[in-house]
Amino acid sequence: MTKVTMTVNGKSVSAEAEGRTLLVDYLRGGLGLTGTHVGCDTSQCGACVVHVDGKAVKACTVFAMDVMGAEVRTIEGMANADGSLGLVQQAFQDHHGLQCGFCTPGMVMTTAALLAENPRPTEAQVRHGLEGNICRCTGYHNIVKAVLAASGQDADAIAAE
Amino acid sequence: MHNFEFVKPATIADAVAALAAEGAQPLSGGQTLLPTMKQRLAAPEVLVSLTGIAEMQGVCMGEGGLHIGAATPHAVVAAEAAAHYPALAALAGGIGDPAVRNRGTIGGSVANNDPAACYPAAVLASGATVVTNTRRIAAEDYFQGMFTTALEEGEFITQVIFPIPQRGAYVKFNQPASRFALTAVFVAQFADGVRVAATGASNNGVFRWEEAEEALSAEFSAGAIAGLTVSSDDMISDLHGSAAYRANLVKVLTGRAVTAAR
Ligand SMILES: Cc1cc2nc3c(=O)[nH]c(=O)nc-3n(C[C@H](O)[C@H](O)[C@H](O)COP(=O)(O)OP(=O)(O)OC[C@H]3O[C@@H](n4cnc5c(N)ncnc54)[C@H](O)[C@@H]3O)c2cc1C
Ligand code: FES
Ligand code: FES
Repeated sequence: MTKVTMTVNGKSVSAEAEGRTLLVDYLRGGLGLTGTHVGCDTSQCGACVVHVDGKAVKACTVFAMDVMGAEVRTIEGMANADGSLGLVQQAFQDHHGLQCGFCTPGMVMTTAALLAENPRPTEAQVRHGLEGNICRCTGYHNIVKAVLAASGQDADAIAAE
Repeated sequence: MHNFEFVKPATIADAVAALAAEGAQPLSGGQTLLPTMKQRLAAPEVLVSLTGIAEMQGVCMGEGGLHIGAATPHAVVAAEAAAHYPALAALAGGIGDPAVRNRGTIGGSVANNDPAACYPAAVLASGATVVTNTRRIAAEDYFQGMFTTALEEGEFITQVIFPIPQRGAYVKFNQPASRFALTAVFVAQFADGVRVAATGASNNGVFRWEEAEEALSAEFSAGAIAGLTVSSDDMISDLHGSAAYRANLVKVLTGRAVTAAR
């Protein structure tokens, strides 16, 4: 076991980890931040997406030790300072972009990274950007609406297919 | 997953020393190796992360063409190669999904040589050079069948150098579940001829379609290959597509790539 230190949601944190400890287990088990979910554990579903130095990554497919010292952001860091829902989270609530909610942390983190790079994506760009996030409840239509709304666009303009 | 010792050298020289250890294996983006280790298909005793080595990062023009550090993630290639080699940048931007592109690297992809991977087609069609810690390997000599390469024990890729064609395009027929290529073709037109490489199709991994190269070198148009056929003898056959289907895809995608080339 080694003490692994990084910055998570703006705070310097440390917890014990082995070589094989995945970032997602470090966050959930080591730090008790259970908002990041494990859906598949095989890098297919995107439920575990967090930001490492501003980039969306699948936390189930990164070793904690490999991102020692990095700036990590998880779903727990997405609310506003006063505890109210952040912009992307609020858009998901407003547009019913979640059903069971299991995929939502990953969807929100991927969306935030997408919008940071491309503040006004087209519907096609949103769908391409969310390719690595699978929703078992299959509520993609409202998810895409939520992302467009979070970017300040008219979400109702997209075709209901 | 079996446990291992994790090391993260900061220089190529330190990585060479770390990889000399018994049971040592390089780790790049981990997008292939981590799932493999979870399945216990790989169980290294020492894992040597290459992602902290500055000399192995980045994209720049240099002698022989575009130099890409082996530990450069796909997303960085997609952004930074765009001005120099648009077809290669587009290939990188179509690998997997954003999170995979933020971690997965060109070196890991070329080392792994998955028969359905994208980069091997670009390396072979461009006549790229694979640079390792000990030597330079021409694309022709590097790929030796699916998941098999010329790399020796302890040897690792530090850089890939791509000659830049006059025109090129990569057209990928997606396997939507895995997001890999069901079949894909890279076409590159150089002053001295056209090169065509197909991935996702053959049991022997990435390969050049020489008949099409000859026809396209004489006339660079989709019509030039209309009369050719691809043999299905050595093609992959699985639940996603039969050998004959893949053989036909090679031809169809080659035509589309010629039309799309810029
Ligand atoms: C959901 C998903 C979708 C994907 N879709 C695609 C796709 O569409 N197209 C595609 O091409 N790929 C795809 N991939 C694979 C992805 O591109 C991987 O990033 C890539 O194959 C391996 O690169 P890596 O840096 O992650 O390597 P790693 O997983 O770290 O390593 C892979 C192998 O290469 C060895 N290795 C790593 N670096 C070096 C080096 N520099 N020298 C020698 N050996 C080395 C390792 O020891 C290991 O055996 C996908 C992966 C996932 C999870
Ligand atoms: S849990 Fe990481 S991608 Fe599914
Ligand atoms: S809301 Fe249930 S998995 Fe997406």
